[in-house]
Amino acid sequence: MSNWLEKFFIQNGLVVAFLSVAVIMVVSSFISRRITKKKIPDSAVAIVIGLLLAYIGGRIGKGSKGIADVSIFSGFGLMGGAMLRDFAVVSTAMGASFDEIRKSGLIGLLSLFIGVVGTFVVGAVLAVTFGYTDAKSITTIGAGACTFIVGPITGAAIGAESHIIAISIAAGVVKSILVTIATPAMARSIGLNNPQAAMAYGGLMGTTSGVTAGLAATDPRLVPYGAMTATFYTGLGCLLCPSVLYYLVTLVMQ
Amino acid sequence: MTIYGLGILSACFLAGQLFGEILGRLIGIDANIGGVGFAMILLIVANDKLIRKDLLPPATQQGILFWSAMYIPVIVAMSATQNVVGAFSGGLMAVVAGIIPTAAMFFLIPVLSRIRQSKDKKP
Repeated sequence: MSNWLEKFFIQNGLVVAFLSVAVIMVVSSFISRRITKKKIPDSAVAIVIGLLLAYIGGRIGKGSKGIADVSIFSGFGLMGGAMLRDFAVVSTAMGASFDEIRKSGLIGLLSLFIGVVGTFVVGAVLAVTFGYTDAKSITTIGAGACTFIVGPITGAAIGAESHIIAISIAAGVVKSILVTIATPAMARSIGLNNPQAAMAYGGLMGTTSGVTAGLAATDPRLVPYGAMTATFYTGLGCLLCPSVLYYLVTLVMQ
Repeated sequence: MTIYGLGILSACFLAGQLFGEILGRLIGIDANIGGVGFAMILLIVANDKLIRKDLLPPATQQGILFWSAMYIPVIVAMSATQNVVGAFSGGLMAVVAGIIPTAAMFFLIPVLSRIRQSKDKKP
């Protein structure tokens, strides 16, 4: 592409991202209505297209930011970055009912602890099954099974090797993608159709990106409830994994 | 005025996030603890109070509702910037550690929802 044109697109990066996402939404809506006969919601289709673009972008750009590594699409980095994502997530609280949240506050809290500890334990056991024997690696992989933020923070805190930290980040990203895709498909069979279930779900899954994307594709009205608990998950994980849970792993592995 | 709504949203966002950051520093970990959650609680409370005092006309609400309508497009942009290639380059260990614990948690959702329902039934 000619140099000035590329520069033009980069200078207007955020607006290029707006237009691109609008086109993705139009295409998704068409696919949802005509091809899947509305069985798969258009937002779910759009998110899957997004993941495909992320894969293509990662292959072309050889970076870690998906399509944003392709220079003319760098605006995706800002539009889909943490600041605007969190801003949009907070705005959804306008539609949330305070009574609903208070009613299921205990379930939310319980699901958070079960979610972090349960995920960590299953992840740690898998690490042992794969032949890891040192407590640092096992703890870091277990933490990575929680989210791709808990993994590297835990790994750095307890001094794990860098390739183990890379595995923990990858595990967290796999989880985020899985939750995004599996949520709309599983929603009916796990009874995910009310605010209480959404709060329990947010606490058990934790991955904010996966939970919010998954709920958006299932029923946008449930987003604030799931996001509310999910946002505390990473904090709790960063708190428990490098401390209590790491200590327990060292005891077990002795 | 639409910008008033945007101002309310921004104030709740920054206050919540700042609280999350401070909480992280106090506990001694380099992470934001529940900033988004605190911001959401602030917005719910502010929304409730302002509507009761009739201080939230539709034009002001538009400043907040625009962003909740932009929520799905932002999530689409976010999924397009995930490190999908990296997720698969972590090898089998990463894929297994990402899938199996998550699948296990999925089955607990109906169990937790049921605890609440049985509790509700009590007089």
